[in-house]
Amino acid sequence: MADSLVQDLLPKPAEGTSSVPWWRRIVEAVQLPLLALFTAFVVGAFIIALTDLAVLALLTDTISRLNAIGYALLALTAAVIILGIGISRRPEVILKRLGFAATGRQSRWFNIIAVLLTIAAVIGLLITIGFGPVLSAGAESVRRAYGALLEGSLGNPAQMIAAIQSGDGRQMAQAFYPISEALVASTPYIFAGLAVALGFRSGLFNIGVEGQLFIGAITSVFVGYSITGLPAIIHIPLALAAGALGGAAWAFIPGFLKARVGAHEVINTIMMNYIAFRLSEWLLNGPMKRPGSVPVSPFIEASAQLPRFFPDPIRFHFGFFIAIGAAAFVWWFLFKSKWGFELRTVGANPSAAKYAGMNIARTIILAMCLSGALAGLAGTNEVLGVNYNLANAFSSGYGFDSIALALLGRSHPAGVVAASLLFGTLRSGATRMQNVAQIPVDIISVIQALVIAFIAAPAIIRSIYRIVQAKGSDMVFTRGWGR
Amino acid sequence: MAATTTLSTPRRTPAQLAALAERRRHRIIGVVMVLLGFAGLALFANGTDSAWVSTFGLNTGGTSAIRLGDLIIPTQTTVIVLSSLALFAGGYQIIRGFGKSSNAILGLIILFFIASFLVWATGDKSINLAAMLKSTLLRAVPLTLGALSGVVSERSGVVNIAIEGMMLSSALAAAMIGSATQSLWIGLFGGILTGVILAAFHAVLSIRYKVDQVISGTVINIFSVGITSFISAKFLSEFPDLNNPGIYQAVPIPGLSAIPFIGPILFDGNFFLYAMFLLLVIVHVALFYTRWGLRTRAVGEKPRAADTLGINVFRTRYNAVLLSGALAGLAGAYFTLGSVGRFDEGMTAGRGFIALAAVIFGNWTPFGAFGAALIFGFADSLQSRLAILSVPIPSQFLLMAPYIATMIALAGLIGRTQAPAADGQPYEKG
Repeated sequence: MADSLVQDLLPKPAEGTSSVPWWRRIVEAVQLPLLALFTAFVVGAFIIALTDLAVLALLTDTISRLNAIGYALLALTAAVIILGIGISRRPEVILKRLGFAATGRQSRWFNIIAVLLTIAAVIGLLITIGFGPVLSAGAESVRRAYGALLEGSLGNPAQMIAAIQSGDGRQMAQAFYPISEALVASTPYIFAGLAVALGFRSGLFNIGVEGQLFIGAITSVFVGYSITGLPAIIHIPLALAAGALGGAAWAFIPGFLKARVGAHEVINTIMMNYIAFRLSEWLLNGPMKRPGSVPVSPFIEASAQLPRFFPDPIRFHFGFFIAIGAAAFVWWFLFKSKWGFELRTVGANPSAAKYAGMNIARTIILAMCLSGALAGLAGTNEVLGVNYNLANAFSSGYGFDSIALALLGRSHPAGVVAASLLFGTLRSGATRMQNVAQIPVDIISVIQALVIAFIAAPAIIRSIYRIVQAKGSDMVFTRGWGR
Repeated sequence: MAATTTLSTPRRTPAQLAALAERRRHRIIGVVMVLLGFAGLALFANGTDSAWVSTFGLNTGGTSAIRLGDLIIPTQTTVIVLSSLALFAGGYQIIRGFGKSSNAILGLIILFFIASFLVWATGDKSINLAAMLKSTLLRAVPLTLGALSGVVSERSGVVNIAIEGMMLSSALAAAMIGSATQSLWIGLFGGILTGVILAAFHAVLSIRYKVDQVISGTVINIFSVGITSFISAKFLSEFPDLNNPGIYQAVPIPGLSAIPFIGPILFDGNFFLYAMFLLLVIVHVALFYTRWGLRTRAVGEKPRAADTLGINVFRTRYNAVLLSGALAGLAGAYFTLGSVGRFDEGMTAGRGFIALAAVIFGNWTPFGAFGAALIFGFADSLQSRLAILSVPIPSQFLLMAPYIATMIALAGLIGRTQAPAADGQPYEKG
């Protein structure tokens, strides 16, 4: 199992390199996503520091007190930065001048040393000029923000140990609440990320996950509150199936249009998103409205609620295991089943698939429906597991975030689960960051956007960190809508 | 046996196949017209009282010196006449066909249908038609500017689904810069510049790094939602002075604005309305009658051929995308400087995607996009009035109309849209 997972996760090795050990290949596969994440967080840190009012005040104050020497040193700093970037672009040239052989290993080490020296020189110069307080205030601001983020997402280890030692139920709940919230927040991400990933694998860009998620939520909440008197063992699967079917039906339309008339799925799924939003708005203000002034649906029956395992306030529920099960299913489907093989072939090379006698139209429709079903389950999960009813703003953009997750997870189910856990954790921790450090949660969206950019344009990351490109590691996501 | 049947079936040339498809399309158009006619009769003529009249106000209540009387028409008769026309046109289309003008006739019939709806909705009531058309035009301004942005970029072969994000970011930038400098014009410039910067990002990602253009657009959309909410939560609530740029006041054009009915609608707007008309003409002329336009379109259709002829594909695309960003920036500035006067989180509310729909619905032409924007603006303006008219149609369904119309247009069953051939494909210099 583990070995075949690795096989699928990785780009196929070029001939003659199969002797590379598997752990080495895992490192190669994850280094790009990890570096992309790291870089995005570094940029995020700059945004946090530069929008901190205290830092800004110090900065303007320091600049206003600069004298001629200060300006000269500032120019020198800029020169050092440019020099450092120059060296890190071409370390071999300088090494050769110095009389070294400039092997790959030598130039890599030389490069690292040069970059570290540059950073040290720049910081030193800035402190000499008098930017020391600004730098430390900025660092403090970033440390507080990311510290709160970490604690909000994973909880405080000391508190956890104390809680376990005391054995007190309420204390335990409090200590483990962040981690449980992180898992709760990750669950819809897993479903939605899988939906996008499945689309990518079959050459489709399902940007309509958000809409499919709404429809899935609508159908499942309807089954949840309108049918009464069923035992949970029947009611829950029924509501889940309704949600999956709703999402699949919504995705069927763009899939069908793509297969039959070649209408590009990106445009159609975007349009279907907004149709879904309006539809849910109408339903919640009309036919599905709970009596009262707020546009929300009635609460679902207790028999349709996904079971929770711990007393309040721990909201961790069964949906998480369904999500993991869905990931396992998608992995099996994509890599072990005949349909999954056809789907991937159509995605990788439609002409080859056609030549091999595969039914492209049917495969596209199937892929869209499956993707829509997963998206529908993301909405269903929120309705049946967390909210127990449907309000218009129930999704905080899971459908759009999921594009980042699929890219970060390289469209592999295991990768998607890992990426979802990461971003679910960040999202749930961001609330604490907002309260403690006054950093709006929206910084996570900014970081997410940067991650997508870096993953989609690996050349940027490669050129920053000077990584040699592995053969065939880039994937094609969609094709243009021209003919 | 099977072999003989295959042989005896006449082989059809691609031209014949295309003609067949065209004929089928025409027949579908006819059927749609007939259906619209019946729908008009069943929905709007049925159940109305023959004594009802529909009253349409023709004055915006503004500056025009000459006031017109109300337009009063009998509800039921008008609907029956319009629907019958639709039935006749549809029947003729199915039997003989209007040929090349089919699409135009279909447009007319759809207009009739909308008119019937309006007449029916105002049955026994009155509505201010002039005010409604004016609000239609105003709602079409950001859509048209956004759609122009899409047209320019996609004509050069770069898909731009980031109109929404560019609009949102530049709306914020325009509001903040305008407030900080106390100058609408500097704020406007800031908004446009923001659009250009985001477009530069889009261009570098999609042209230089050959990132999938949809992904690169998505990056800008997500980034814009994040950064605008971030800045707005961090600064605007604490410093409300930074979110008070004021708005461009309406400047009636002397003489023209005094024309009854048309004057107040077309010639009594603010800077953005006139800028839209001007840019519409400029972009149209530039795209179709200048060397720049020819090159841009060539690069969007057949980049390799253009390259062979010595056109710099990359530079042409960079220029188009940057221009597209400037237009989207202008569209975004409209929200804060032209209409509301302050920035609210998520204030573009998906209008960038309606603009994208207008690009497609308008078949990648400036005036087509303008027409689509007008239709979408009309649907928007109509839904806000449904409550007054007490029409039993949920406003959400009218709001869906742009999206459904675009999907129908894209499917090619009725009209047909044709994207630039190389739209969305990164160019690899061979």
